[in-house]
Amino acid sequence: MSVYASQLETGSPPSTKRGRRSSPWTWRWRDRLVLACAWTAGLGLCAIAAAIVLYMGYRGIQYLRPGLLFTRPAIGQSQTQTGGILDPLIGTALLTLIGIALAFPLAVACAVWIAEYGRPIWLARMVESSIEIVAGTPDIVLALFGLSIFQLGLFAPLSFRAEGGGVYGRSFIAAGAMMSLIALPPLFAATRDGLQAVPEHMREAAFALGKTRIATIRRVLLGSVRSNIATGVTLGVSRIIGDTAIVLLLLGETLHIETQGPVPVANLLRGTGSTLTSYVYDNSPAGEGAAPQKAYAAAFVLLVFVLGLNLLVDKIGNGSLSSSV
Amino acid sequence: MRFVADKLDGEYEAGVPPVRTIVLDRPPVPVAPPVRERNPLREPAPSTAGAERLRVSDLSISYGGVPAVKSVSLSIHQGEVLALIGPSGCGKTTLLRTLNRLTELTPSAARAGQVLLDGEDIHELVDTTLRARVAMVFQQPNPFPMSIFDNVAFALREQSRKRPRRRELEPLVIDALRRAGLYAEVSGDLDRPALRLSGGQQQRLCIARAIAPRPEVLLMDEPCSALDPISTGVIEELIGELRRELAVVIVTHNLAQARRVADKVAFMYLGDLIEYGTADEVFEQPRAPRTRDYVQGTFG
Repeated sequence: MSVYASQLETGSPPSTKRGRRSSPWTWRWRDRLVLACAWTAGLGLCAIAAAIVLYMGYRGIQYLRPGLLFTRPAIGQSQTQTGGILDPLIGTALLTLIGIALAFPLAVACAVWIAEYGRPIWLARMVESSIEIVAGTPDIVLALFGLSIFQLGLFAPLSFRAEGGGVYGRSFIAAGAMMSLIALPPLFAATRDGLQAVPEHMREAAFALGKTRIATIRRVLLGSVRSNIATGVTLGVSRIIGDTAIVLLLLGETLHIETQGPVPVANLLRGTGSTLTSYVYDNSPAGEGAAPQKAYAAAFVLLVFVLGLNLLVDKIGNGSLSSSV
Repeated sequence: MRFVADKLDGEYEAGVPPVRTIVLDRPPVPVAPPVRERNPLREPAPSTAGAERLRVSDLSISYGGVPAVKSVSLSIHQGEVLALIGPSGCGKTTLLRTLNRLTELTPSAARAGQVLLDGEDIHELVDTTLRARVAMVFQQPNPFPMSIFDNVAFALREQSRKRPRRRELEPLVIDALRRAGLYAEVSGDLDRPALRLSGGQQQRLCIARAIAPRPEVLLMDEPCSALDPISTGVIEELIGELRRELAVVIVTHNLAQARRVADKVAFMYLGDLIEYGTADEVFEQPRAPRTRDYVQGTFG
């Protein structure tokens, strides 16, 4: 005879509690060790992350004053005379802007070619591995390569020139060009993955309306991967903000933003400066700076930026920003 | 002029397809209704057959050497609905997609034979021109992730070299939505995202998008198979209205639907065209035993 649910006793309410399981204490010691390692590693990483954020927050907030963000750095013997971090902040923003402005068209065009054309296949493979090589190159190597390029006489107009007239290969445009290579891989990958995830029927719908492939890409596909592109840009920005080596070698690491020449915008692009990362390096106990406390404050600001951007990436990925399509 | 407006949307008895206002932009072609006993439950729509639009002659398609359509010949006339029926994998969809050269997008597809649109070989036409003249509606509603207005305007915009302004496009967009019987439901906010519409509304938006550039032929690949019975009823009624101004080719698995909407029926089996004739002939007096078995539900 079959038993129906209604015939069962209704004494206990439904429970989500799982049934009895074997106890780890009865396991072999090797299995117990693996279990313990898994728990320790997970909890340990949480502890490390918490320690970084809390310690940097503790040291940073101590010296973080609103005035610090709005005064220019100065040369001084004691910590009170060294000014604020305005120039590194502007330098970071400017470098990010240049890097993304250069990387964006390159990465999106590349991703469109790979996802929508991608023929011949050997060429597509070559393009993808080239981007992987760029992604895998250590930033200090990129920086050195950039330095050797921008030191050429050909590129002299693009960089800062000392009084004597020697070409130095250091400028916002030189550093920004190399930064664009840092931002390119994540931006490319995000856009390509987005395009490959667009269902085929979307393209067919556009073709069936008598559209060319390029019109389909411009009007339909790029519109529907907007949130992927936004994710890629955000990832790229956080990579640029966090990079130090390129700044050290190519931006000149000057305390103030120095301009070069009389033309308003070009003189800024040709000029040198510093970013938050190089400021932290210079003023840390490892560098020659006299303001270790301000290094902590700047490091904290940097950390907040990068963590904020990562949060933004998660948010875009979850579609909470893109649901308004 | 206004046509059929018994009941507006809103309450209607369950199971009965809603009757909605469809505004025609020109009076129907005045052709005397032929006397025929079709479906006693439904008054047969007057035939509006006109000139020949598409002629398929001896067309064969194969995918990587495997034949999908085997030397099919048939013709499609202005003002009538041709239903392609047959079991799965019999080449109906391939045939349909060849009519606006979408099969070309599959690299392994090979073709022999001719398709003539108004006497011109469609493979001689520029693909974008052809597809603007032979529009298509797909099985799954597939509006673009943009506003309702932009979805319909997309079809109109790229046709012209100069990008037209919204003010110029608006009457055309509204006209297309009206012909697709969707305007009354969306007139309040054309800037709403198209993906927020219901499935049936999305499919009618796709129809509006397809008919906006005034094509000569409308291809429909199982347009109702992803929809509920009420939306299906709305779309079937719409097909009946649309055929006044263009030729419609519809692929369907639903024999009852083919019977309701079609003037002509083509039955395909394993790539062969087994039977082609008026709906009455194919359903009432099929010549081939295969057709009789299929329309009576013995297999399929």
